[in-house]
Amino acid sequence: MGDWSMTSPLGVSMENSEISSISRVTLSSSRQNHDSLYSSSLPLSKSSHNVLSAFCIEENVPQCILYINQELSSLGLASMCIATPVEATLNSVPALNAMYELLQAQRRSQRSLEALEQDLLRTSSTLEHLQTGNYRLKDQLELLKREKSGLHEKERQLQLKIETLQSCLKSEKEEIQKLQNIIAGRASQYSHDAKRKERECVKLKERLGQLLIDKRDKKLAIDVLNYLGRSDGKRIQWKTGKAGTSHEGDMYKSLLNDYEARQQSLMVENSELKKVLQQMKRDMMYILSPHKPCAKASPGDDSPERGFPPAGLEGQDEVGECSRENLDQSCEKAREQLTYSIRLQWRRLKNHMEKLDSQVSLAQTQQQSGSEEAVPREVHEEEMQRMRLEVQQGKDFIHTQQQLLQKQLNSSFDDETAALLNDCYTLEEKERLKEEWRLFEEQKGNFERERKNFTEAAIRLGHEKKTFEEDRAAWLKNQFLNLTPFVDRKKYSLSDSQSALSIRSEPELQQSYTPAKLTKSSTYNEFSTTYSSISDGLPSTTELYRTLHLIQPETRHSKRGSWQEPSSPIRAENLFGKSKCSVRCRDPCILSLDKDGDSPI
Amino acid sequence: MNFSEIFKQSNQLCRISPDGRYLATCVQYRLVVRDVNSLQILHLYTCLDQIVHMEWSSDSLFILCAMYKRGLVQVWSLEQPDWHCKIDEGSIGLVSSRWSPDGRHILNTTEFHLRVTVWSLCTKAVSYIKYPKACQKGIDFSRDGSYMALAERRDCKDYVSVFVCEDWHLLRHFETETQDLAGLEWSPNGCVLAVWDSCLEYKVLLYSLDGRLLSSFSAYEWSLGIKSLAWSPSSQFLAIGSFDEKVRILNHITWKKITEFEHPATICSPKTVRLHIITRNVCPTDEISQPPFQIPVVKPDLDRANPKVGVSSLAFSADGRYLATKNDNMASVVWVWNMQKMSLEAVLEQTAAVRCFQWDPRRPRLALCTGTPRLYLWSPAGSVSVQVPSEGGFQVHALSWHSNGDSLVLIGKEHLCLCYMDTEDKSTDSNIWTK
Repeated sequence: MGDWSMTSPLGVSMENSEISSISRVTLSSSRQNHDSLYSSSLPLSKSSHNVLSAFCIEENVPQCILYINQELSSLGLASMCIATPVEATLNSVPALNAMYELLQAQRRSQRSLEALEQDLLRTSSTLEHLQTGNYRLKDQLELLKREKSGLHEKERQLQLKIETLQSCLKSEKEEIQKLQNIIAGRASQYSHDAKRKERECVKLKERLGQLLIDKRDKKLAIDVLNYLGRSDGKRIQWKTGKAGTSHEGDMYKSLLNDYEARQQSLMVENSELKKVLQQMKRDMMYILSPHKPCAKASPGDDSPERGFPPAGLEGQDEVGECSRENLDQSCEKAREQLTYSIRLQWRRLKNHMEKLDSQVSLAQTQQQSGSEEAVPREVHEEEMQRMRLEVQQGKDFIHTQQQLLQKQLNSSFDDETAALLNDCYTLEEKERLKEEWRLFEEQKGNFERERKNFTEAAIRLGHEKKTFEEDRAAWLKNQFLNLTPFVDRKKYSLSDSQSALSIRSEPELQQSYTPAKLTKSSTYNEFSTTYSSISDGLPSTTELYRTLHLIQPETRHSKRGSWQEPSSPIRAENLFGKSKCSVRCRDPCILSLDKDGDSPI
Repeated sequence: MNFSEIFKQSNQLCRISPDGRYLATCVQYRLVVRDVNSLQILHLYTCLDQIVHMEWSSDSLFILCAMYKRGLVQVWSLEQPDWHCKIDEGSIGLVSSRWSPDGRHILNTTEFHLRVTVWSLCTKAVSYIKYPKACQKGIDFSRDGSYMALAERRDCKDYVSVFVCEDWHLLRHFETETQDLAGLEWSPNGCVLAVWDSCLEYKVLLYSLDGRLLSSFSAYEWSLGIKSLAWSPSSQFLAIGSFDEKVRILNHITWKKITEFEHPATICSPKTVRLHIITRNVCPTDEISQPPFQIPVVKPDLDRANPKVGVSSLAFSADGRYLATKNDNMASVVWVWNMQKMSLEAVLEQTAAVRCFQWDPRRPRLALCTGTPRLYLWSPAGSVSVQVPSEGGFQVHALSWHSNGDSLVLIGKEHLCLCYMDTEDKSTDSNIWTK
């Protein structure tokens, strides 16, 4: 800019000779212009205006034109057109064009200048912003530094304080120690003084008492109208050694009574506890027993009770008896046994519970894997209810059993075992009888079927007999008619019908069937009705058996005997547990026996 | 509930005879004996001075009236009104007088606890027991009246002498391991003697009748110790109330602590606890509130001697199922504990400080008074408060049950009245007790 303002007057004074230098300067200026566009643009117009006022005058128009032309050409505009070199006159059209282009260029540069200015502004503002940020940060840093130093200072102070406090504490402790010593000293001093005072007091009291006695206090007296009898009506006794010993005796007696009472109460308590223990054991066993079979399968189990074969009630009773025995012996050994058995049971219970737990968890996992196959809750609850009921029943059962056992406790051991065995047998018996009953039912069905067969066969036989009778009648008629002159005619027709039967067979049949029928009706009520309905026209059962090849005559007879008096042998067999009457028991009396077998349990 | 008319009394001296037939009251110089049921005056005796102490003999035949200032004791007979007996302790002075359990001997403690004089009314015999200890409870008779334990102090050591009451034979004499014995008490079965140390040291010693040390118990050291002690009626439990606001229960087999009952200012836990606030004088019944609730606590002045803190009174119900306690810094509250569950049963909060509480000798029923004209009763079924009908505002300061539990003597400052429980009228009964 400076160059430009300086060069332009220079150029004016030097005039055309200097143009080349001027052009160079302007070139350089233009180059400068390009370098720093925004700085030169405004002064350019100003200076150009200034120059213009002095730049072109009447005399130097051609130089000016030339100069302008040169300038324009240097600027790359159509300089040639401005002026004709020859005349050096201004060609207006290209000049105007050049002017227009110049204006355009100027406007463009103006616009860019504005943009640049805005840019500048923006950058300056960002710069400012950054600067303020920087300041702020610096401030912050300063502050923090100060804070840090403050904290350091505080820490130091605290450290100091701690030190002082520690020393203080130490001194306080010492003080306390000292004070404690002082207190202890004072306490001992006090107690010593108190003792001294007390002694003095005692001395004084004694002195006082002595003085009072010496004075022979007249006032000290009792004035009673007449002496009273003792409240217990006895006379007053002299104090003797005997009385002393009797007092001792009384004292010990009362003490002894107290101890006895206490022992009694303890014993009662103990027995109660034992009862509870036993109850618990029973319950435990009851809980365990249904699972015994599966428990037996587990190899880790080695409890002795498992060894009992049926593992049911029998085993329980065994253990209960054992524990009762234990209770009866009141010595160390019994206690050991008791604790041992309890521990055993407990361990078993624990194992069982663990097993159950694992089962439950297994079931749960299975259930989870089995995609919501879960049983509805109601069913669960129902089941639970049912089980609870069962447990209750079981408990009641155990209770009654216990009561019975308790009742029997007084009686001798042998009786007990006998009773126990009896109970066991009856239970076993019950089971067996049930089995038998089932068999009987089956048998009954078989018999029913057979009977049906018999009746059918009987009917068939009846029919056959009828036909035979008819045949016989016909044959007799034929025989009779044979005597008549028209025999020949009838004989032919009859001969083929009687072929199966002979005359001899008929009376034989009749003989065997009548007595058999009689015995039957006395024993077989059901059968007799059918016979009566079919009446004479039917054959006997024996007949039927024989014809059907069902039985031999001997076996049938023995059976009939046992049917007629079934109660005695069966009962006996029942009692000894060797019942073989499974096939025969069909009589109601056996049923009643079965019920009898129920009752003692 | 019915109330009798109001009678005069002085020094709160009114006692129902042990057989429950008579009521003796003292009015200044006079001793008035009334029939409990009709309240008719049966006898009137005049003593030589104002009566300070009065006591029935165990057979309800004699009444002892003591006039300590004069050193005089006068005995009156109910059967023979003209029979008289006067015991003069002379210049040695008198501080306490009591019947022996047989009702034929009088034990007088002289001033300065110089000696205990045993006067026999059967013979002229006078016996002296030297060195009795001046303490909270220095003499105790066993329940059946056969033995007497007496605390003694010789050569700065504590001793206990056990006498046979029949002929005052010294049965046992033994030294106790106490610093400063404060009291002794027989168990109800008469076989164990509980001896406790002064409040400076927490120590309970249990001696057998023959002087053997059965056990000793100490809950803590250094701070103030035992404040009160009570045996359960079955001799099974020994309740010890102490300055640390706790009651500790010992058992009779091992003599170890079974449990301890605290008296917290805030009750928050169990549902079973019922707070019976017997407050507003307007409403005749109580309020039952649910926990948690706050109990007013008075901060004790610990610098002074005998601070008002700790369990000062303990009482087992007659059946031994309940224990009532009072903590001194919560003076308006009586705590009832269930001895079967070993837990808090009820908290009875009153507006004023509880003056006196006593169990019905027959039923689990607690009567309490607070120095107001009201009587409060608690039973497991509920509680009730009754205004004492009177014109001058009869303030109940003390009360004592009749031995059959049907009536109650309410003692005011200078008056007394009887309160009859309606036992026959079941309907009202149930109305009262089911709340």
